[in-house]
Amino acid sequence: MAKATTVAHVREILDAVTDPEIPVLTIAGLGILRAVELSDDGSVVVTITPTYSGCPAMSVIVEDIKSALHGAGLDRVEVRTVFTPAWTTDWMTDDAKQKIAAFGIAPPGAVGSIPATILCPQCASTETKTVSEFGSTACKALLVCSECLEPFDYFKAI
Amino acid sequence: MNTATVTTPLARYVVRLADDNLILGQRLAEYISEAPELEEDLAIGNLSLDHIGVAMHLYEYAATLGDSSTTADKLSFLRTEREFTNVLLVEQPHAGFGDVIARQFFFSAYQTLLWEALASSADTILAGISAKALKESTYHLRHAASWVVRLGDGTDESHDRMQAAIDSLWRFTGELFESDDLCAEMVISGAGTDPAALQVPWDTKVAAVLREATLTRPTDPYQATGGRTGMHTEHLGYMLAEMQWMQRTYPDMEW
Repeated sequence: MAKATTVAHVREILDAVTDPEIPVLTIAGLGILRAVELSDDGSVVVTITPTYSGCPAMSVIVEDIKSALHGAGLDRVEVRTVFTPAWTTDWMTDDAKQKIAAFGIAPPGAVGSIPATILCPQCASTETKTVSEFGSTACKALLVCSECLEPFDYFKAI
Repeated sequence: MNTATVTTPLARYVVRLADDNLILGQRLAEYISEAPELEEDLAIGNLSLDHIGVAMHLYEYAATLGDSSTTADKLSFLRTEREFTNVLLVEQPHAGFGDVIARQFFFSAYQTLLWEALASSADTILAGISAKALKESTYHLRHAASWVVRLGDGTDESHDRMQAAIDSLWRFTGELFESDDLCAEMVISGAGTDPAALQVPWDTKVAAVLREATLTRPTDPYQATGGRTGMHTEHLGYMLAEMQWMQRTYPDMEW
């Protein structure tokens, strides 16, 4: 017997599901959680969209969503993946941007090319430069701070 | 069942697009650990992942258009060389970093135009995959073009090697813009686009970067062709042998 629930309750449970590569970032904060719906038969339908076409974290995220909801007693869960509209970093919430900055990853600016100044997440210096347009995961670029000399990740704006 | 086929025109068109991405993704993966610096190894890995991801989504879509036994994995791992319909450019091997960059530069310049056109495809699934891939290809092109300029407008040695790579791959660029009956059918249905229409904007993009890189745009009129009909260069067979041996040795195995 499936437990009765509400969309708000499901969203609350899903707030514990994070990006496996960036554990401070929830899937809602990242902007990849597109919809939560309850079917007439009582099952939960969660819709997500990939950040990058080949993001290897997607299958882990699908499993994490299922296990979080199963853990809360919701047995019938379906996770759907959609491509349209295509994900953009503009969907990342301000709260999420603050969290990743505190985690050491410079948050994305508005969509376009790499902005003229990206603040160093360690010392807040504006003297930073791009080392590589591609970083440790598909969603990040690698930068270095000229002031504190620390290398850091920048969440690419796409 | 040890074969994978798709028969409808739309499915064949989607598989063609997927083949380009899978083969280039595999080629890029071969180069990881050989780049001139660690950051470029990461970049090449990310490029490879993007292309394989796009291929996966396209094959999965194509599989839904065929008979129920076809899957994305079967399309990737159980077709022979003659059944792959990728362009010859993406299967070309690389002797060095210059070749990797030249191949990526030519191909990404083409793909940004292709995805832009297909983002408004009448087929909504294909349009969605294309709109997503466009963002990635735009990034790929910026990365590759910046290396073409850096190497071309660098030392005498880097200039010569970049020019040599551009010259040697030029003969595989014409095929990107060849139309055939399938393209024509896709244009009529509204799902696809005519590749011939992409050639002029491609040439404009490419010529501008080559100029900035102090490189010479090749004028060699000879252009190789055959990939779209399964007539490949000898390199593809060796690649597929390596890519497919696991699935062929242990049929239906999963990670």
